[in-house]
Amino acid sequence: MLEKALTGSKKYYGLITVLLAVIGVGFVCYLKQFTFGLGITGMSRDVSWGFYIAQFTFLVGVAASAVMVVLPYYLHNYKAFGRVTILGEFLAVASVTMCILFIFVDLGQPIRVVNVLLYPTPNSVLFWDMIVLNVYLLLNIVIGWKVLEAERNNVAPAGWLKPLIYISIPWAVSIHTVTAYLYCGLPGRGFWLTAILAPRFLSSAFCSGPALLILLCLIVRKFTKFDPGREQIQSLSKIVAYAICINVFFFLCEVFVIFYSRIPEHMDHFKYLFSGLNGHGVLVPWMWASLILMVIAIILLVNPLTRRNEGVLIVACICVFVGTWIDKGLGMISGGFVPSPLHHVTEYVPTVPEVLIAVGIWAIGFFVLTVLYKIAAKIKEEVAGIS
Amino acid sequence: MESSRRSFLKIAGISALGLGAKPVLDVFASTEEHTEALKPETRKGEDVLKAKRWALVIDTRKFESEEDLKPMIEACHKIHNVPKLENKRHEIKWIWTEEFKHTFPTQEHEFLDDRVKHLLFLTLCNHCEKPACVRVCPTKATFKREDGIVLMDFHRCIGCRFCMAACPYGSRSFNFRDPRPFIEERNPKFPTRMKGVVEKCNFCVERLAVGELPACVEASNGALTCGDLDDPKSEVRELLRSNFTIRRKPALGTGPSVFYIV
Repeated sequence: MLEKALTGSKKYYGLITVLLAVIGVGFVCYLKQFTFGLGITGMSRDVSWGFYIAQFTFLVGVAASAVMVVLPYYLHNYKAFGRVTILGEFLAVASVTMCILFIFVDLGQPIRVVNVLLYPTPNSVLFWDMIVLNVYLLLNIVIGWKVLEAERNNVAPAGWLKPLIYISIPWAVSIHTVTAYLYCGLPGRGFWLTAILAPRFLSSAFCSGPALLILLCLIVRKFTKFDPGREQIQSLSKIVAYAICINVFFFLCEVFVIFYSRIPEHMDHFKYLFSGLNGHGVLVPWMWASLILMVIAIILLVNPLTRRNEGVLIVACICVFVGTWIDKGLGMISGGFVPSPLHHVTEYVPTVPEVLIAVGIWAIGFFVLTVLYKIAAKIKEEVAGIS
Repeated sequence: MESSRRSFLKIAGISALGLGAKPVLDVFASTEEHTEALKPETRKGEDVLKAKRWALVIDTRKFESEEDLKPMIEACHKIHNVPKLENKRHEIKWIWTEEFKHTFPTQEHEFLDDRVKHLLFLTLCNHCEKPACVRVCPTKATFKREDGIVLMDFHRCIGCRFCMAACPYGSRSFNFRDPRPFIEERNPKFPTRMKGVVEKCNFCVERLAVGELPACVEASNGALTCGDLDDPKSEVRELLRSNFTIRRKPALGTGPSVFYIV
């Protein structure tokens, strides 16, 4: 099936070329980081995780959201989603690929990465994160590929796929839960030390992922002859609507606990993010933008009149995606490190090479996604007899 | 021909199985005498200083200004090849000073007496009883020794910095760049580090092994005392008995082994 990715229009090759160029720039920057060390990033002794780990966290969410199309189709027999499960699974493949790369570029000694396997340490959450992410990647590659192949050959998917599909559903939840456990089990970090972190991660995942999927469906419809379908997009938009409401609700739960209890170690991080602390507040406008975008999205998505209008839906989905990206991809990680455990305020701003490396990894993700979607769309066209 | 190939495959298969099983068998066989002989011999030095659980008591009453604390910091950083980096973001420090409000952030209040308010406190790795850094390390590069000292294997560390996120005392530093050009005078008796690994105070295990006290204790003019927390007759226990002491962030349950007399 891979050969389908080799033939395409000029636009397709143009996109591939642009992505490869962006990947190239990121790679050159990474070589610089590889030789100099992580000192070329904005990270510091006080803020020891930054943009890379934040992107990783956000993308684990996007990956997990594939379950939002898989679950209704396979568990509730919601037939309409049969058309788009493959898009969800391939989005998960691209996202997990990016997650693994973001962890890799964040390592100080990347050539020693196999030490995690050579000295397996079950008491480290990172060990479990490695397992759940890699298995999830494998599950989605196998399931997506084999189901698509069966569709192409006009046969029912092999029987042994069923158990794998069922496993992939709780597994999707596990990847984001374990990722939240990386942070919420640390004793000295008041911002993350909350039992609602994993639920918050999941709720933001289940709105940002399907929102991106809606946008991708619309792109696929515009540029290929395969139409993911209006009903499918509308159903997805309802999922996004519920999830963004729950996400904001969880956030408000957190705000209540922190500001009613008034425990400084928990409160100071929120103060830093939303109003600044000791005169430092580089993220304040971003965090308020994130909140405003999520509120706009709720208004647009809950109201059926606006939700059913695909033009408005696009705006709402962009609001959800950008809002949750700022929340997790910018605020969630730096917010936990500022102020430091010794109550120093050291701010973090990513550097240009750091951002270029991150953009390069996003480009790798989109490259994988473009190739996989190209294959999927071609086969769907073929089966429907349009091409 | 056919049969010989089959028997070859059989033998190959069985040998592969055997290779896979060897580490498992080794574990079962380790009680046997013959494996004892294969183990590398490790001899403890005759003067080695031993303890069931090492602890440090800092008598802050004996310090007045930053000048009093400098010798200890310098002694430590010099013998451990700690680089001096100008960029604060990339700073490496094993032992350093902080004000009361940063050392004990949950115990600060506006009516503190002037001496404590302006005094500088020594901060270093607490060699916790239940170290969060050891719990999170994915490669066991950081580990707790039987005598309570929390150590780092610089050669195993992958630089994921999970331990830095976990440590509630900010005791860990990361080599954001090659530290070697920034070492003023290299001590050939202690390893230097490379870029991309985490490091921290090691309670001078290399000195304890040859019967010497930690460098900071030695340079402290009696203000710092180290000893065995498990031994009721030790000097540290005597100090803890006769003085009111505090530890950093006791509510977190990490069980620091560094005590402060304020």
